[in-house]
Amino acid sequence: MTYGPARALPGDQIKITTNPDTEPFWEAAKEHKLTACQCGACGKFRMPPTPVCPECGSREKNWPTLPGTATVFSYVVCNKNPKNGEDYVYVPVVVDLDGAPGARLNANVSGCDADDVYIGMKVVVDWTPIQDGWVLPNFKKA
Amino acid sequence: MAWANQDKTAIVGIGATDYYVRGKSWPRTINDMAAEAIMNACADAGISHKQIDGFAYYSTAGAGYLDKFDTASLMETLGMPHISYSATLTSGGGGCPGAIGLATAGLMNEDCTYTVTLMALQQLPQHRLGVVFGASAPSPENSFLQPSGLVGPGHLMSMLTRRHMHLYGTQPEAFKEIVQATRANTHNRPKAVRRNPLSDEEYWGSPMLADPLRRLDFCLETDGAVAVITTTMDRAKDCRHKPAVVHACAHGGQREWGRAFAWMGMPDPHFASSGHKFTADRIWAQSGLTAKDVDVALIYDHFSPMVLMQLEDYGFCEKGEGSDYVLSGKIRYDAATQGGVNGGVPVNTHGGNLNEAYIIGMTHIVEGVEQVRGTAINQVKDAEFALVSGGPASLPVSSLILRSA
Ligand SMILES: [Zn+2]
Repeated sequence: MTYGPARALPGDQIKITTNPDTEPFWEAAKEHKLTACQCGACGKFRMPPTPVCPECGSREKNWPTLPGTATVFSYVVCNKNPKNGEDYVYVPVVVDLDGAPGARLNANVSGCDADDVYIGMKVVVDWTPIQDGWVLPNFKKA
Repeated sequence: MAWANQDKTAIVGIGATDYYVRGKSWPRTINDMAAEAIMNACADAGISHKQIDGFAYYSTAGAGYLDKFDTASLMETLGMPHISYSATLTSGGGGCPGAIGLATAGLMNEDCTYTVTLMALQQLPQHRLGVVFGASAPSPENSFLQPSGLVGPGHLMSMLTRRHMHLYGTQPEAFKEIVQATRANTHNRPKAVRRNPLSDEEYWGSPMLADPLRRLDFCLETDGAVAVITTTMDRAKDCRHKPAVVHACAHGGQREWGRAFAWMGMPDPHFASSGHKFTADRIWAQSGLTAKDVDVALIYDHFSPMVLMQLEDYGFCEKGEGSDYVLSGKIRYDAATQGGVNGGVPVNTHGGNLNEAYIIGMTHIVEGVEQVRGTAINQVKDAEFALVSGGPASLPVSSLILRSA
């Protein structure tokens, strides 16, 4: 099976919403800074951001700027645009974020053929403008 | 330690509507189908539906994520004079067998005398289960999932499956075997949606929906309703059929599998699992049994690899050995001997969600009841214990062991 180039889904079809727990992540993304929710008391990371640290119960949070690199933990290859059903090869990945042990993100990976994505592949953040002025972190082959 | 409620309640009635391919049940309404299933289950039990005084649901009493069940409207529709118990297990289809535990709780607390557990499912085009995550409005939580284009449960299961293949060398041939072995059990089932034998060519030619999973690895999308009646053992003796005794029932899960869907934060080896380990350990402890002691296993099969991962979590084989276990024929039902193959336990003798119908797990309970009654179409000889599982999905997941009376 040959899929060919992997493309991120079109940003103009993507809409997000935020709440006070998650908004710092998305505000940082607007400035092209990749962050993750870190407990202000015990230092453990968690993603998506939540109000309470599941390790120690603290509600203090840090939002450190991460290196922007990551490793593919698992992936799926899809070939239809979920919005309109058109042929469209994209690769949803779950990545482990460098500098934030335990924090993962779901994203798309591009910059290579879909057939060449593998678990353990190094990737680097790639910013995709989406609706309402927000910016989405996707990844490119490093 | 044995469960305090062991062998004290039983499923005494099972009832269903016809099974319709998704969208084909209209103009029947959800309440029409629900009422038919409940009345059929009561007729099977030999009671009047007006004797029902308890409801024990799951899946947040949701019907295909569109309608919601409502005790008030069901009891009014069916003319029940009073009800004294109404409970719902949280989360999704994973709670299906666990709802029988809720029924047992109500019965043992003497809140009620005959409890109905129900699923009625009708998918309209704008609310397909298959794209439920993609179609829902953005929320702060799913904003970390939707943009990646993981639109349905199958896409998420594909992500877990890929990791399982990576860690353990699991082969796609094992997924094919799961679909084919359970399809082989539907040729003689009049209500089954898919009854034709499945060839290798047809399986491999099935379109990849979310590589590594093909369309045939995804369960059916079905409309219809199924209901079962649970009561206490003393009342069960007066019902029409041999009771299917509730021997053990557990629901729950552990944090490592946690939020799973949309979260994807599970550490290895939980990521590449069905999330059933905690509940499996509980039900074996409750029952004093092991996987090898059950005569038939009705394993929730919304996606073929999830059967393999549950076989591992329940201890039918070791973690990582599901592929070899399945490929050795051990989930097959042998009609000639009315038993297993190669020392295995027959799985989904009714064809399961993949082949018979997908009423969010209820058909597995019905088949478990038929097996321990001794009236199943693909009867396992002298079946004494049937395992029924629900999920994987978000926690809680659940499982049930039915015993022959
Ligand atoms: Zn903490």
